[in-house]
Amino acid sequence: MPVKCGLCEKKAILKRPKTGDALCKDCFFWAFEEEVHKTIIDANLFSPGEVVAIGASGGKDSTVLAYTLKTLNERYDYKLDLILLSVDEGITGYRDDSLETVKRNQQQYELPLKIISYKELYGWTMDDIVKQVGLKNNCTFCGVFRRQALDRGAMLLKVDKIVTGHNADDIAETVIMNILRGDIARLKRCTAITTGADGALPRCKPFKYTYEKEIVMYAYFKKLDYFSTECIYSPNAYRGHARTYIKDLEAIRPSSIIDIIHSGECMAVKKEVKLPVQGTCSRCGYISSQEVCKACVLLEGLNKGLPKLGIGKPHKVKKLEAQGKIFTDTKNPKFVENRDADKGSMANNAAALDF
Amino acid sequence: MELVVSLEFSGGAELLFDKVKNHEVSLPARANGPWTIKHLLVWIKDNLLKERPELFVQGDTVRPGILVLINDADWELMGELNYELKSKDRIVFISTLHGG
Repeated sequence: MPVKCGLCEKKAILKRPKTGDALCKDCFFWAFEEEVHKTIIDANLFSPGEVVAIGASGGKDSTVLAYTLKTLNERYDYKLDLILLSVDEGITGYRDDSLETVKRNQQQYELPLKIISYKELYGWTMDDIVKQVGLKNNCTFCGVFRRQALDRGAMLLKVDKIVTGHNADDIAETVIMNILRGDIARLKRCTAITTGADGALPRCKPFKYTYEKEIVMYAYFKKLDYFSTECIYSPNAYRGHARTYIKDLEAIRPSSIIDIIHSGECMAVKKEVKLPVQGTCSRCGYISSQEVCKACVLLEGLNKGLPKLGIGKPHKVKKLEAQGKIFTDTKNPKFVENRDADKGSMANNAAALDF
Repeated sequence: MELVVSLEFSGGAELLFDKVKNHEVSLPARANGPWTIKHLLVWIKDNLLKERPELFVQGDTVRPGILVLINDADWELMGELNYELKSKDRIVFISTLHGG
C-alpha cells in the first residue's frame, strides 16, 4: 500500500520530519528549494550584485548548499556571483579526497573554486601539527585554524559574504552544547542566521531551518556527488554527546530540532549581565575576546616548540609571556607575511564566529 | 525458499562494511513467518557488519541518524521495522552522521 503524495497523486517517497507530510520526489524537491528561498528572503540574506563564497568541504551539506543556491540564483535571479571556497587542512587521505569532490562540483556546477591551505596561511599542515602535538589536542588546532582560514580565504577573494552549510540539526546541537557548557555569550549568538554583520564580512546559514534528513534525501534523489568519511585524526569526533542526543530526540519527536532552535532564539540575557567584550587580537587583528587570539597563541606554541601552549589555562600563557619566553617578536611571522598584503583591513573585516 | 534482496550502504555507513557499498544477499527461508526489516537488521549485524556494530544498530532498530529507504521510498512510509521483504527489494542505508 504505497502512500500517496499529500500535494499531488504520485507515489510519496519521503516523510518530512518537520511537518510529517508525505511527498513525492518532485514535490519534495520543490518544497525543499522553496523553503530555503523563503529563509533567504525572510532574513534578507543577500542583495543583488553581491559576491558570495560558499564554504565547500565536499560533504553533503555544502554540496547541497552549492547546488541549491545555484538553482535559486537562476530561478529567482538573485544576481549573485557564487564562488566555492575550500580549506585544505593538509590531512593526507582525508582532505585531499574530499577536495577532489569539490573540484568535481566546480565542473558540475560551473562555479569558480578557491582552495586555501593551512600550509600557506599558518606554515603548518595538520599532518605536521599532529607530528608535533600527537592525537590528543589536534582537533583544537584544526577547529581554531579553520574558523580563520575561511574568513581569510574569503577576504583574499574580496567577497561580500560567506555562506556555510550548517543545518537545523547542527544548530540545535550547538544550542544544547552551549547550554551544557554554560556559554551564555555563544548561546546568544548561535541561533543567529547571520553573524558578523557589523564587520565587513558577514557569514550566513541558509540551511538554518533545513533538516539534515532532508539534505541527505535531496542529495540522494538528485544523485549529487558528495564525499563522506571520518577524519582520520578523530575517528569518533562525530559521536559527540550532543549529536547523539539530538538524533535520539528526533527519533522520538522530529519537531524537537526546530523546537530547540526556537528555544535558543527566544533565550534572552538580562541587560545587567556582563558578556565578554569582543575586541581584536593585538598580534593579527582577528576578532578575539582575549588580548591575543587563540590561533596566534596556538601558532606561537608550535613555532616555539611548546605545543601545549593555548591548550591549558590562559594564565600559563601570561606567565610565559611575562618571563619573556614567548611572543618576543611583536607578531607571528607567518601571519605577518600573509597579512601584510591587506594590512589594517583585518581588524575591520574580522567576522564573528559561532562554531 | 531463499529471498534475494540488494542492500546498499552509503553516506559513510559503508565504512562499517569494509567500504563495500553494494551487497546482493540471499536470505535463508524463515521457518516462522516472513522476513521483515527487523529480522534483516539482525541478519546484517550477524553476517555483514565488520566493525563497531553500535554505530549501525541500536536495540532492535537502526541507530538514529541512519536513513533507510525501501525501493527508493523513506521507510517511515513503509512500516519501518515491520515492512515485509519481497524478492528483489532494494534497501538503502544512508548515514547522516558522517562529516565532509
